[in-house]
Amino acid sequence: MIRPILIRGGRVIDPSRRTDGVADVYLADGKVAAVGRNIVGEDGCQVIEAAGKVVTPGLIDLHVHLREPGFEELETVSTGAMAAAAGGFTAVCAMPNTDPPLDNQGAIGFVISQAQKAGKARVYPIGTISLGQKGEQLSEFGELLSAGAVAVSDDGKPIMNSHLMRTALEYAKTFGIPVADHCEEITLAQGGAMHEGIVATRLGLKGIPAAAEEIHVARDCILSELTGGHIHLCHMSTRGSVELIRRAKAKGLHVTAEVTPHHFTLTHDACDGYNTNAKMNPPLREPEDVEAVREALKDGTVDVIATDHAPHHYDAKEREFDDAPNGILGLETAFGLAVTQLVRPGLIALPDLLYRMSTRAAQIFKLPGGTLAVGSHADIAVLDPDVEWTVDPGQFYSKSRNTPFGGRRLFGRAEVTIVRGRVVYDRAAPPGRLS
Amino acid sequence: MSPATLGKDLVGLETLSAAQILLLLDTAERFKEVSERPIKKVPALRGKTIVNLFFEASTRTRISFEFAEKRLSADTVNVASSGSSVSKGETLVDTARNLEAMRIDMVVIRHHASGSAEFLGNRIRSNVINAGDGKHEHPTQGLLDLLTLRDRFGKLEGLKVAICGDVTHSRVARSNIWGLKKLGAEVAVCGPPSLVPREIGQLGVEVMTRIEDAIAWADALNVLRLQLERMTAGFIPSLREYNRVFGVTRERLARAPKDLVIMHPGPMNRGVEIDSDVADGEHSVILPQVTNGVAVRMAALYLLAGGSPDWQHQGGSE
Repeated sequence: MIRPILIRGGRVIDPSRRTDGVADVYLADGKVAAVGRNIVGEDGCQVIEAAGKVVTPGLIDLHVHLREPGFEELETVSTGAMAAAAGGFTAVCAMPNTDPPLDNQGAIGFVISQAQKAGKARVYPIGTISLGQKGEQLSEFGELLSAGAVAVSDDGKPIMNSHLMRTALEYAKTFGIPVADHCEEITLAQGGAMHEGIVATRLGLKGIPAAAEEIHVARDCILSELTGGHIHLCHMSTRGSVELIRRAKAKGLHVTAEVTPHHFTLTHDACDGYNTNAKMNPPLREPEDVEAVREALKDGTVDVIATDHAPHHYDAKEREFDDAPNGILGLETAFGLAVTQLVRPGLIALPDLLYRMSTRAAQIFKLPGGTLAVGSHADIAVLDPDVEWTVDPGQFYSKSRNTPFGGRRLFGRAEVTIVRGRVVYDRAAPPGRLS
Repeated sequence: MSPATLGKDLVGLETLSAAQILLLLDTAERFKEVSERPIKKVPALRGKTIVNLFFEASTRTRISFEFAEKRLSADTVNVASSGSSVSKGETLVDTARNLEAMRIDMVVIRHHASGSAEFLGNRIRSNVINAGDGKHEHPTQGLLDLLTLRDRFGKLEGLKVAICGDVTHSRVARSNIWGLKKLGAEVAVCGPPSLVPREIGQLGVEVMTRIEDAIAWADALNVLRLQLERMTAGFIPSLREYNRVFGVTRERLARAPKDLVIMHPGPMNRGVEIDSDVADGEHSVILPQVTNGVAVRMAALYLLAGGSPDWQHQGGSE
């Protein structure tokens, strides 16, 4: 039996039911048992005092790279799931660009079993669209799903073959799953190290034009219209992409999209000085793009915030900009960046942010969670949106340290994270590092 | 950074002030004479150890640096990428740290990656001079171009200089733009739009797409080398057509309202970006550029080593 938990006196925000007010939340048998005033828990239940804090469905990240199997020196399912919990996430979706890639039942099952052993945030694997992520032949979606995958993607690589994308969207309809695409027209992007713009011109680095993303977004929207399939557009970064998605949604197409915290926070200026911790794909763009993705989060053109958590070893980033790998960590800074960049400036209200970081994410990938409805999974985050803290990569639970946000002052972080009715992270009594 | 010094490294002209650039040019002016002596040596850097770390093939720049070092009496070692631990997969930072562990004073680096000189300078205590990093900067080339133009025109302020050719892939173009702008020259870039960055105008330069317009406008042309691989990578159709549309030819120059000074950073593709009779013609300063290269590099080495700006040669007659 799991010991019941009474979370007392917090501001309870449930975006799934549009409720927001001071209440108690009672968790028993791994489920939400009650939400209301003055709940009296059974004797011996664990009490979490949440006055002044926000109690909400656990955050859900649709896009992380946990690097296992194959790159365990960067991250493992266990360390990634712990980093997620420390960031307030109760579930993450793991991209399949591992070695071997998650293109078969065995590999999906392995990730699930590693996640169960870790017992931290839930980990939902995403299977590959194509066998070996080679962009040639479809993976066995049905097999992948039966092993526990929740979506398909070749993330890290775009599906350049339009026929393959068409058939993926069509075939995915059999199972009602989204096809998540990394949008990059590679003939335009090839060899690019950062956004094509004035900073790249000054630094003498080959740029990746916004058009490389937008051409691919346009194609995917057109194929979604052709097939009626659900296209999920990963890490949108340009104002042009936002405009294309807005038009597709106005037409009623089944298109959903995500944006990362770094794309709503940083511009290509962060690459100055050849800062490899600002190197990512898609690259950091221009102020007008940052403005556009923020606006898109506000008006719902972009559905969710997803981190694209991408661990890399420090010595891989400690080199010439052209040769450094793409990507940064995201799980342990996402909520703080969102509060600091979106909520405190008054752009997005906290309940709307939580909708985009939890409820909406659960809806579009059809995951449990994202709600405090009685009987739903007891996956809960207790967040302090007002606390100010300084990002110290040395304190991360992730195995890697690659972040451009070290030393940055942020507002908002997770205090307690509960998964399946158990506390998996408590800032007041932090667990040791995992390895 | 005080205007009378350069700081630790010379990575590019973007980060230098006009005063610092003038200091380099004026110091180079004094060093020119050393190369004209029968015994071409002064003791300014005696006892200093300099490593020339060349990860990219280079003849002119490497030899020019080496002459500059030897004429200042420094001890030099040349490391080329092939035949060293670099070809065994050693990282740039490990290579540099190992060199530094042998107690050196300066590194001159040429590398194919933009930013590599700055990267190195931030990680070792020795002075670092950028001898060309990717498509970023080639500051001593920029300085020798400035010195050559100043020799010819007496001043740089108000001078109109057109940089012609493959601007996108050119570190020479970037160093020229920064240096010329800081010293008050007017700068235009001219080339096929497929080889000129869209944003280059934000650096305060005119953008021209017709070589005839550049020739009509400029006092001097700096003609960039067009590399053969730009054709295979699809930036231009052919070298032949490039010469026809963008080549600096005697016929085009004849239509200019005044005689233009012609520069080229070398190595030249005769008959592609520049015709032989222009390169060898009376207004070409291509060889004086090379001569000035040694003086400019002597100045950079000397100043970074902490030399006083009022260097006086010994036993000379000034």
